[in-house]
Amino acid sequence: MANQNKKPALYLAEYDTPNALAGAAMRVRDAGYESWDCHTPYAMHGMDEAMGLKPPRIGFISFIFGMLGVGTAVVLMQYTNAFDFDFLGIGAGYPLIVGGKPPGAFPSMVPIMFELGILLTGFATLFGLLGIIKLPRHNHPIFESDRFEAATDDKFFISIEADDKKFDLERTKALLESTNPTYLELVEEEVL
Amino acid sequence: MSSYEAPIKELGETYLLPEGTTAHEVTETIAGVTETPAPRGWWLLFLLSLSVIGLLGAALAYLFYQGVGAWGNNAPIYWAWDITNFVWWTGIGHAGTLISAILFLFRQKWRTSINRFAEAMTVFAVLCAGLFPAIHTGRPWFDYYLFPIPNQMDMWPNFKSPLMWDVFAVSTYLTISVIFWYIGLIPDFATLRDRSKNLARKRTYGFFALGWRGAHRHWQQYERAYLIFAGISTPLVLSVHSVVSFDFATSVVPGWHTTIFPPYFVAGAVFSGFALVMTLMLICRAVFKLHNIVTVKHLDLMNKFMLGTGLLVGYAYAMEFFIAWYSANPYEQWVFLHNRLGFGILDENGNWGPLWWAYYAMVFCNVVVPQIFWFKRARTSVPIMFVASILINIGMWFERFVIIATSTYRDFLPSSWGMFHPTAIDVLTYLGTFGLFFTLFLLFVRWIPMIAIAEIKGTLPGAHPDLHALEAHDEEPSAAAAPVPAE
Repeated sequence: MANQNKKPALYLAEYDTPNALAGAAMRVRDAGYESWDCHTPYAMHGMDEAMGLKPPRIGFISFIFGMLGVGTAVVLMQYTNAFDFDFLGIGAGYPLIVGGKPPGAFPSMVPIMFELGILLTGFATLFGLLGIIKLPRHNHPIFESDRFEAATDDKFFISIEADDKKFDLERTKALLESTNPTYLELVEEEVL
Repeated sequence: MSSYEAPIKELGETYLLPEGTTAHEVTETIAGVTETPAPRGWWLLFLLSLSVIGLLGAALAYLFYQGVGAWGNNAPIYWAWDITNFVWWTGIGHAGTLISAILFLFRQKWRTSINRFAEAMTVFAVLCAGLFPAIHTGRPWFDYYLFPIPNQMDMWPNFKSPLMWDVFAVSTYLTISVIFWYIGLIPDFATLRDRSKNLARKRTYGFFALGWRGAHRHWQQYERAYLIFAGISTPLVLSVHSVVSFDFATSVVPGWHTTIFPPYFVAGAVFSGFALVMTLMLICRAVFKLHNIVTVKHLDLMNKFMLGTGLLVGYAYAMEFFIAWYSANPYEQWVFLHNRLGFGILDENGNWGPLWWAYYAMVFCNVVVPQIFWFKRARTSVPIMFVASILINIGMWFERFVIIATSTYRDFLPSSWGMFHPTAIDVLTYLGTFGLFFTLFLLFVRWIPMIAIAEIKGTLPGAHPDLHALEAHDEEPSAAAAPVPAE
């Protein structure tokens, strides 16, 4: 078990059913832990409440970048098709009259404003998501556990990380044992 | 609490998968496809598709060497098979987004069995579609003109052109479809990673799984991001085929200059896309034995969709005739009665419009054939739906051909009438895109879970905790007798 090159990283408790997991999650939540998580093979509904999580906030990022995309489209099309000045030497645009419409005619620019808005929303949502959940990360100590491979198949886990303020080798173990897990493990990580 | 996940018994709903299916069985069935050696049929199809890509390469090489004169396009039909194929392939893609985004917003849980599959089809179909406008420019090495890139000629695109809108719509659509598809795949790549027996597989799937560990704090953000993607993809998919239809509708050509085009194109796109999802799904279901996951119930629902969108398309066909009559525009009436129906108005020599057969083929395949789905026996019979879905795909190709070719081959001036004859290069290029599509598709079914494992598991009975029962249970004395935490 513990040797000089390793230190405790987290406790990992395994459960067989969603109800057992949710019941255990409520106990861990009520015990006041913060740096802990439930691991499930699919998005389990009701766990937000069982874990006491706040609603996700990714929508703000998406919205801001979506509006930025719309703005980019307006500036791009007006610069290239409606005005005649050179910005930072990228090449001046020129007023382009097609079909007798004014050079900066707005209605014909709506489709591209929409598309660029969607495009930037999409990128912002992808990278915002990865930023918020701090992935990619391939070296999480939880992968040291062989049992954890079932977390993407049909088993449910709770992990409590050692960097939590309330983490204590004995007390945390006792708390998790009281939730009747089918398996409990102290996962260690190597110290460099 | 569980009312949202559980089927509504009062409506006669049941769980989608057979009772007693476990999460582990779902993993085994779907992930197993990528882990066992490919069946011999897969290799045959793969080699066939690869050689068809070879044909595409040869056709394109000849086309670039010779110029677009190698095609049958000529005055007065400047858009022919290439744009027909472009519109057709783009339309095929639309069912994928409809299934993954719109059905998601409407909480149609049955989509989980087919959404991955349909999304993959979207990506590959849009790739094939994008090829056609790119080569139709004739000088594809100048395609960068289409993008607003500062260049040595100080030349900018004309943003008032619907063709420009198309560039933005289709490239945005491709990008967003790829990202949406990939986000859905992350948890399933993690499943494959954790089941891997050898290091190469573990590393490869692990790379794409981004270190996903199924944490609920991640799932929570992930689900919101997925919802946002569904939310933006829904207007996006409606916009893409609308913009494609603007290519026609903003012109003054009789038969194209129609306000019904955007919804008509979108309905047709969904119709044809569902048909191709059906064709491919039936084959994969039989080959990879997925009958437990893609049940007859799913197929029944898809057939109802085809019936519904088929009726919309039929309505649009009828409305075009009504408007041609109601507008009292003789050119419009000529296009519909002579060019399309053939016999309504004969030309000065008393002849039919020579492309009349394309219109009848279209109406038969798109309006008559789907009517069979009024009958439950047809909706649940695999051979009938297989044949019908193929006919619908053919019919939808004819729809685009009818719109493009029969509107232009005999219009205002009899002196500039012409006729369209496809060349061998036309045919080879079109066939070749099937090679591209099927090669990508076959690689997909071998290497990527073709059904969304994580989403399917969420629809199993008892997949979600019953918090109310748990809380009530906590207040009972028997629960309090459990060991008290040491703190």
